[in-house]
Amino acid sequence: MDALKKILGIVWIGLALAAAYFGIFNFGLPKLSTGKQEDLVFGIIILFVLTPLIVAGLAIFGWYALKGEYDNRKL
Amino acid sequence: MRDKSTRGIWKVISASSMGTLIEWYDFYIFGSLAVVISTKFFPSDNPTAAFLSTLATFAAGFVVRPFGALFFGRLGDLIGRKYTFMVTLLLMGGATFLIGCVPSFETIGYTAPILVLLLRLLQGLALGGEYGGAATYVAEHAPKDQRGYWTSWIQTTATVGLFVSLVVILATKTVLSPEAFDEWGWRVPFWISILMVLVSYQIRKKMHESPAFSKAKAEGKTSTNPLKESFGNKYNLKFVLLALFGATMGQGVVWYTGQFYAMSFLKTVMNIESNQVDALLGIALLLGTPFFVVFGWLSDKIGRKTIMLTGMLLAILLYRPIYKTMYQTVDLASKTRTETDGLPAGMNLEKGEVYFVSSTGYTDGTAASVKTTYHFDESQPLGRGEFKESKATVTANESDKWTLVFLVWIQVIFVTMVYGPIAAFLVEMFPLKIRYTSMSLPYHVGNGIFGGLLPAISTYLVTNAKEAADVEFYLEGLWYPIIIASISFTIGLIYLTKKDTTQHD
Repeated sequence: MDALKKILGIVWIGLALAAAYFGIFNFGLPKLSTGKQEDLVFGIIILFVLTPLIVAGLAIFGWYALKGEYDNRKL
Repeated sequence: MRDKSTRGIWKVISASSMGTLIEWYDFYIFGSLAVVISTKFFPSDNPTAAFLSTLATFAAGFVVRPFGALFFGRLGDLIGRKYTFMVTLLLMGGATFLIGCVPSFETIGYTAPILVLLLRLLQGLALGGEYGGAATYVAEHAPKDQRGYWTSWIQTTATVGLFVSLVVILATKTVLSPEAFDEWGWRVPFWISILMVLVSYQIRKKMHESPAFSKAKAEGKTSTNPLKESFGNKYNLKFVLLALFGATMGQGVVWYTGQFYAMSFLKTVMNIESNQVDALLGIALLLGTPFFVVFGWLSDKIGRKTIMLTGMLLAILLYRPIYKTMYQTVDLASKTRTETDGLPAGMNLEKGEVYFVSSTGYTDGTAASVKTTYHFDESQPLGRGEFKESKATVTANESDKWTLVFLVWIQVIFVTMVYGPIAAFLVEMFPLKIRYTSMSLPYHVGNGIFGGLLPAISTYLVTNAKEAADVEFYLEGLWYPIIIASISFTIGLIYLTKKDTTQHD
């Protein structure tokens, strides 16, 4: 199980990168440039709240997993 | 002896739950009255923009919750649970009452939406501090082997708060005429809050500090810098991240799908009449709420992880079939018409509009009406600068109504599975001296941000799919909760161990 936790660490880091790409280029930036008020609010929340949280949180979580911080003996 | 200690816990539960319920009530009346609030506080020339502005305010109320968790969590670990959640109660009650007093946009212009936004932010901050305090306070009074059961009473308060908000709004609408409700009656649910808060404050004032916290304080074992010890310490931070990604993130989206997205879906995608939606949602909530206690109790017997992850898995697998059945239950294309009449129902020349209402009956008792409004631009020649908008409203027949109640109830059951045990789960994950701070943040990021943004993101996905002429556009909004819950389920399944969740007294 500890080996699986470490390997999945790479998946979580990859997922963080994918979330960064989709959060910025698919959801965030296009919404900022439409000129509509509702899109602006939505874009700002996605770009400056949701995306950084998912990206930073998942990346740190993945890094800890990869380094074995979630191994049974360390919990 | 056992009876005496149980009586003591009931006092703690009732004092804590009452306050937390009121805070949830305060928080939800804003969302439940979103449509009327949008017409009062935001420029009304574009109803969609006004409505979305309110949703944004709603999101602001959610996004700010983690900051409340940090601010009040720190206070709670420094000076005590009791005093902190009394402050949050007063802050919430005051902000709610004042929202009901703010003059409309027509009276004071842009000051109105700005004031409402600020008060909404205060509500979010207060809620961020309240929940962690109440959950910690109850858990620290409960016997270790019954924490799931006792804290599950606190877990019912969010749903009961939503239920009470719907009942108060429905009662106000019933007592007043539609015109009076629209004019000033919508403020009543906000004003009622201050009475409830004052009663709850008096009850809470008589309670004692958590015994575990008092003992730690007397022995000088409380934290001097809870924020640093919670998030600057790698050992604790990894548990905060595990709690967020392996539990509260998935729990948050399941909660908001079952209780808010279901409501929004019924009203805006299925176009069911608003009062009927409130009534059927109220029934489903009432029938589902006891299961918070059932699953909290069961989590003491078979483990928190098993129940929470089962709830998440069921939600992931069943959301699409449930919503497809909901949509098809009242799909007018599959029903047989009996009669149609279309009458010019009224006009408002000042606003340059004329509207028609066309009513249609169906053989199974379903009724539908479509209000078509023609807007005229008086500065343009006749026929130019004219546009039309249609709004459909469906009233489900009795049989379909109960089918919908059942389908929403199933979703509430998923909510009770993921949410019932989570307070005990979080409390046991962190040590007493930084518990309030450490458990509040993942809870409010999971619920306030991942969950709170669900209506906006799911509505966006549905709109995009509709514009792309996707036949099943109405199911597209579910991808957000399904993906988030799937990630959370996988992380919880692999990384959470029994030891993580029971290591602290």
